[in-house]
Amino acid sequence: MSPFDTDIAHLLAGSMLLVSFLLLYQDRMFALLNVFALQACGLALSVAWQAYLQQAPQLFITAVIALGFKGIIIPVALHRIIVRLGIHRSIETVIGMGPTMLFGMALVGLSIMVMLPVTQAAGTFVREDLAFALSIVLLGLLMMVTRRNAVSQVIGFMSLENGLVLAATGARGMPLVVEISVAFSVLIAFIVIGIFLFRIRERFDTVDLHALELSGGEST
Amino acid sequence: MSGALGTLALAGLLAIPALGALLLALIPNYRVSAAVNVMLCALTLGCAVLLYAYRPAASLYLLVDDVNTVFLIVTALVGFTTSAFSAGYIAHELQGGRLRKKDLRFYHAMYQVLMLAMNVALVSNNIGLMWVGIEVATLTTVVMVGLYRTNAALEAAWKYFILGSVGIALALFGTILVYLAAQEHLGQGLAAMAWDRLVSSSGRCDPALLNLAFVFLLLGYGTKVGLVPVHAWLPDAHAEGPTPISAVLSGLLLNVALFALLRFKLIMAGNPGVIAPGPLMITLGLVSLIFAGFMLFRRRDIKRLFAYSSIEHMGIITLAFGLGGPLANFAGLLHMAMHSLTKSGIFFGVGYVSQLEGTQRIADIQGLTRSQPLLGWLLVAAVVAIAGMPPFGVFTAEFLLISSTFARSIWLAIPLVLGIAIAFSALMYRLHGVAFGETSHRHALPRYRLAPMGLHLLLVAIAGVYLPVAVVTWFRHVASLLG
Repeated sequence: MSPFDTDIAHLLAGSMLLVSFLLLYQDRMFALLNVFALQACGLALSVAWQAYLQQAPQLFITAVIALGFKGIIIPVALHRIIVRLGIHRSIETVIGMGPTMLFGMALVGLSIMVMLPVTQAAGTFVREDLAFALSIVLLGLLMMVTRRNAVSQVIGFMSLENGLVLAATGARGMPLVVEISVAFSVLIAFIVIGIFLFRIRERFDTVDLHALELSGGEST
Repeated sequence: MSGALGTLALAGLLAIPALGALLLALIPNYRVSAAVNVMLCALTLGCAVLLYAYRPAASLYLLVDDVNTVFLIVTALVGFTTSAFSAGYIAHELQGGRLRKKDLRFYHAMYQVLMLAMNVALVSNNIGLMWVGIEVATLTTVVMVGLYRTNAALEAAWKYFILGSVGIALALFGTILVYLAAQEHLGQGLAAMAWDRLVSSSGRCDPALLNLAFVFLLLGYGTKVGLVPVHAWLPDAHAEGPTPISAVLSGLLLNVALFALLRFKLIMAGNPGVIAPGPLMITLGLVSLIFAGFMLFRRRDIKRLFAYSSIEHMGIITLAFGLGGPLANFAGLLHMAMHSLTKSGIFFGVGYVSQLEGTQRIADIQGLTRSQPLLGWLLVAAVVAIAGMPPFGVFTAEFLLISSTFARSIWLAIPLVLGIAIAFSALMYRLHGVAFGETSHRHALPRYRLAPMGLHLLLVAIAGVYLPVAVVTWFRHVASLLG
C-alpha cells in the first residue's frame, strides 16, 4: 500500500470525524439530517476506497448500503416524519454547545491515547483508522447523551454505527462485515418505522424524552 | 452415524424456529397459532436434547460443545414452558382488550424469531455471528416490550432500544478488536473470528489489544446481562412488556449475554499477558448484587420487584464465573439453570396474579393464598426458592458459592453474604402482604394453566434435594472447561 493510498483513507476517515463535530452543534432538525447524510456519504466513500485497496468486492455492497440507506432513504424518511409531527423548530440539549464541543475534543484525545499505544503491532494504517473510528463512536455516544429528542438520539446512534462500520472495514479482511451492516440497517429501519407507527407524538404531545420520563416509572 | 444425527439436530434447532416464524406470520387464528407455537418449541427442545447426546462436527460458523449444550437445553426448555404459559395468558389479554388479534400474529412470529436468535448466538463458533444473534434477539424483544403501546410500554421499549443498542455497539467494537488481535496469527478471514481457534491461539495475540477489547465486551454484553451500572433498561422492560416476554428476558436472554461474556473470558484466559478478567467480573457482580438488594425494598410494582431480583441473581452468577475454579464455576452454572427455571416460573405466576387482580401494584395485591390458594402457595414456594431457602436448588448453588468464596477470601465472602441476606429480607417483606394479607376476593383459575409453573418448581425442588449424578458429572465437566 503506497503512502498516497493511506493518505486518502485518512482524509476520508478524518472528514467523517469532522462531520461528527458538525453534528454535535446543530440546533435545527433539518440541518442535523443534512449533516448526517453528509457523514453517510463520507462513510460510503471511505468504505469504497477500502474495498478498492483490499480488493474486497463485497465491501462495495456495504458502501452502497451506506450511501443508499443511510445517505438517502433514512434522512428522507426522517424528514417526512419531522414534517408530519411538526417538530422541526429546534432541538433541546441537556448541556450547552460550548461544553459539549470541549467534551467532544476530550473524547477524541482519549481515543487517540487509548488506541495508538495498544495497536503498535497492527501497523500505522490500521492504528490511525481505528483511532478515528473510536472517536466517531464516542462522539455518537456523546450526542445520544446530550440530546433529549428521540429523532436526534436516533441520528446519534446512526453516527455511532458509522464509526463501527468504519472500524470493521478498516480491519483487513474481516468477514461478515456486509452481514453486520445489513443487521444494523434492519435495526435502524425498525426503529425509524417504530417512531412513525407508534406516533410517539400522539401519545405524549412531544417526542421530547424528558416528557416521556414523567409519564412512566413508578409514579404511583 | 452420531455425527449425522447431530448435524440433523443442529439444523433442526435453527430451521424449526426460522420456518416456524414464517408459518406463524401466516396463521390468522390466534388459538391455532398459540398451539403451533407450543409444538414448535417442543420440537426445538427435542433437537436441543439430541445435541446433548450426538455432537455434530464443528465448522467455522457453528460449534456445539459441552458448554453451550447446557445453555441450549435450558433455553429450549424454558422457551417451551413459556410458550405453554403464553397460550393461556394471551387469551386472557385478548378478552381484556389489551391486545388485538393482529398483534398476536406478530407476537407469535416474533417469539420464534427470538428463539432462533438466541439459538444462533449460543451455537455460533464465529464471534461476529454470535453478535448478530444477540443483536436480533435485542431487536425482537424491543418490539415485544412495546406491544401494549401504552405510554409506559413505549417509554420502556425506547429506553431498552437506546441502552441495548449502545451496549451491542460497544460489543461489536470489542469484537472487531479481537479480530484485529487474532488476524496477525490466524490470517485474514473466517479463521480469525472462529472461537475455537481464538481460544487455542490467544497466547500469541497482542495482550494490550485483547485488554482493550475485553473492556468493550464487558461493558457491551454486560449491558445485556443487566449488570449495574448499565442495568437501567431492565426493570422497565420487564415491567411494561407482556409477562411471557418478561419470563423469557429474565430466564433466557440475560443468560445468553452472559454466555457471550464467558466465551470471551476463555479467550482472555489463554493469554498470560492480559489483565485477569475475573476481578472485573467479581466487582461488577458484587455491585449489582448489593445495589439490587437495596432497590428491592422500595419496589411498588410486582414485576419490577422481580426484575431487580434478576439483576441481583445475574450479579451472583457473574461473580461466581468471575471467581473461576471448578467449584465456583459449578455453583455459577447450577445457579444459572436454577435461576432461569425459578424466575420464569415466578413470572408465570405473577402474570396470572396481575391478570386476576387487574393491577401490578404490590399494595393492591393482598392475601393470594386465600383468594386463589393454588396460585398463592405456588408463588410463596417460588419466592422462597428464589430468596435462596432450602430445599430448593438455588439454595444449593448459593451455598456452594458462599463456601468456595470463604475458602478464597473472607473479604469477598462478607459482602456476598450480606447482599444475599439483604435481598432475602426484602423479598420476604414484600411477600408477606401479597401472600397472607386480608382479602375478600375469590378468583377462579383452571388448574392446568399452572402446570408450567408447577413443573419449574418441581425441577428446582428436585435439584435442591437430590441432584442426579448424571447432571453433577455433566456440570462438573463443563465447570472444568470454564477455567
